[in-house]
Amino acid sequence: MVKKMSNVPEALQRVWKVPHPMNLLPSEEPIQLLTPDGKLHEHDDYPLGLSDEDFLNLYRYLILTRSIDREGINLQRQGQLGIYTSCLGQEGAQVGSAYALEREDWIFPSYREHGVARVRGVDPVRLFHHSRGTWISDHDPREWRFAPQTVPIATHLVHAAGLAIAAKFDGDPIVVIAYFGDGANSEGDAHEGMNFASIFGAPLVFFCQNNGWALSVPVERQVSAPTIAHKGISYGMPGVRIDGNDVLASYAVTKNLVERARRGEGPALIEALTYRMEAHSTADDAKRYVPQEELEQWAPLDPISRFVNFMKDRDLWNSELAEAVEQEALEMTTRVRNEIYDAPHGDPLEVFDHVYVDPPLHFVRQREQLRVEIERRNTTHGEGD
Amino acid sequence: MEKGTDMTTYTMAEALNRALRDEMESDDRVVVFGEDVGVLGGVFRVTDGLQRQFGPQRCFDTPLAESGIIGTAIGFALYNYRPVPEMQFDAFAYPAFEQIVSHMAKYHNRTRGAIRLPITVRVPYGGGIGSVELHGESPETYWVHTAGLKVVTPGTTEDAYRLLRQAIRSDDPVIFLEPKRRYWLREELELPVSDHLPMDRALVRREGSDVTLVAYGPMVKTALDAAEVGVAEGWDIEIVDLRSLNPLDEETILGSVEKTGRCIVVHEASMTLGMGAEISARITELAFYHLEAPVLRATGFDTPYPPAKLEDYWLPDVDRILDFVERASAY
Repeated sequence: MVKKMSNVPEALQRVWKVPHPMNLLPSEEPIQLLTPDGKLHEHDDYPLGLSDEDFLNLYRYLILTRSIDREGINLQRQGQLGIYTSCLGQEGAQVGSAYALEREDWIFPSYREHGVARVRGVDPVRLFHHSRGTWISDHDPREWRFAPQTVPIATHLVHAAGLAIAAKFDGDPIVVIAYFGDGANSEGDAHEGMNFASIFGAPLVFFCQNNGWALSVPVERQVSAPTIAHKGISYGMPGVRIDGNDVLASYAVTKNLVERARRGEGPALIEALTYRMEAHSTADDAKRYVPQEELEQWAPLDPISRFVNFMKDRDLWNSELAEAVEQEALEMTTRVRNEIYDAPHGDPLEVFDHVYVDPPLHFVRQREQLRVEIERRNTTHGEGD
Repeated sequence: MEKGTDMTTYTMAEALNRALRDEMESDDRVVVFGEDVGVLGGVFRVTDGLQRQFGPQRCFDTPLAESGIIGTAIGFALYNYRPVPEMQFDAFAYPAFEQIVSHMAKYHNRTRGAIRLPITVRVPYGGGIGSVELHGESPETYWVHTAGLKVVTPGTTEDAYRLLRQAIRSDDPVIFLEPKRRYWLREELELPVSDHLPMDRALVRREGSDVTLVAYGPMVKTALDAAEVGVAEGWDIEIVDLRSLNPLDEETILGSVEKTGRCIVVHEASMTLGMGAEISARITELAFYHLEAPVLRATGFDTPYPPAKLEDYWLPDVDRILDFVERASAY
């Protein structure tokens, strides 16, 4: 439907047309289904439609995420990981949105999506090898439909757009979700990804976790739009602001926009308001810039305690359940710890193996040079023993 | 551009167009996209008629955003397409530098071989067409320096056809550099071309005994012209056409230099850390005792590419090349 403009000559209607005359102005008020004390108020536009079993699953994923996150920090402190980027406080946004996906849907994460990875089921050992420096990415992205963790900010948003456009061309009913942070909005690729996706009507949900900080720089230095959700207007796509510490709001809104995309109605943008309760990474000292009183204000808004209150209200939570899930988490973190702790580095000669499908001849010389160096190193070490 | 009535002659642009068409016909996962490649057929008409023949999902215009174009190509390749994105001009690829260097080149290595990105990025490059700023760059060093990319460039119409088809079929990402001043070079092209010449082999275009000129892309013709002019001056010049800038065909280069003992690398790109630097280093390392003279470089200068009215002073031409031949022979 193209809206005609009454005060514009016919010849200019095509150039100045308004192809999407829908009201795209988002509300500044975030969509919230669970109040901070865990009371459920369903939203007419975003029906929940979850069973008790789903609530148990969400609870399980939240606890597993927080456990693996703690393990990641511990492993880094013990020198086992080079660096770790915690998702503490963002579990609700991540678990809820990922739970809204089908297994065949593609996920493009940044480097903080440990909760999303838990829901998708990618082995944390594989992902931790990235932080350990054993190998850069150690899972098969096609098998898991989970792209490699992306270090350069926002660059994966255009990959997500490309894959979503390709799937649309093939008539494949999958949806793509791309995760990024508030700082990523400043990168050109965030704009290019959203622009490409909307121009081609790609089935893609852009999920921005606005956790208030891009390393040490607050969100005011990244975005001057009224909200990040408002940026959807410039791409003719809906932008929705949600309470990112409300796992049910994250699920319901993502589900709604994912299914909208699956119906061929194009991309959408979600801004999840949350807070980074840890430093940017284990290499960062957030005390230099995060006001203590902000952390204190956010602490009672914790996504897990809020969801536990909701479950208690529904008689879905008891100490046996908590113990069973804690036990599962302990088994997972113990296995991860055992497999990561003192894990040997790989074969150094492998650095030559995957650069090209069809390697060039000069690799033979350089590979041989490294082989000789390794052999000499091993011999020297042998003599020292 | 006048179409050849003789079906066996093509301009380089027409040969490239034919290669795209033939590859799109033989593999329906090949898609072509970029700025103005659809209805217009590309600013150099290399994609002329592809959208009409294959439809708007096989050849399409994108928004004007080069990083987005390469990033989109990566997404298409993740979805098992074989994309052939176009960068409209050499310097217009710079906004896509991060996508090419940090992602396209590294994805296969990053994923321990799980993901192949069979992308061919077509880039018109080089000067000599009297254009405005940033339409005459020779940025090949950036791509050749980046592990994970293959870089090829044709110097003849037949190679334009053959190399482009091979690049598209390559499972590694390829930067395909098209010498824009040779788009209108009309030559014989007999189809189908033989498949026995691999993408990574150099070719001796002209045999000679006094000195080897190593050239590629737009400078192949200039070097051949210099060799013809040089005959009158008593020079017997051999021409090696690299075709592939990464990997380098050391065997062909060394075979020629071991015979002539003298070598001049010719390219439009600036001298410092250009292809000449790498080729010179390899020859020095691998054929030191065959050299009668240091390897010399007849190249563009270490300045920004000049305004159009000055490009004839800047670009290597027959005279500059023969001056270097004389210098090499003086040792």
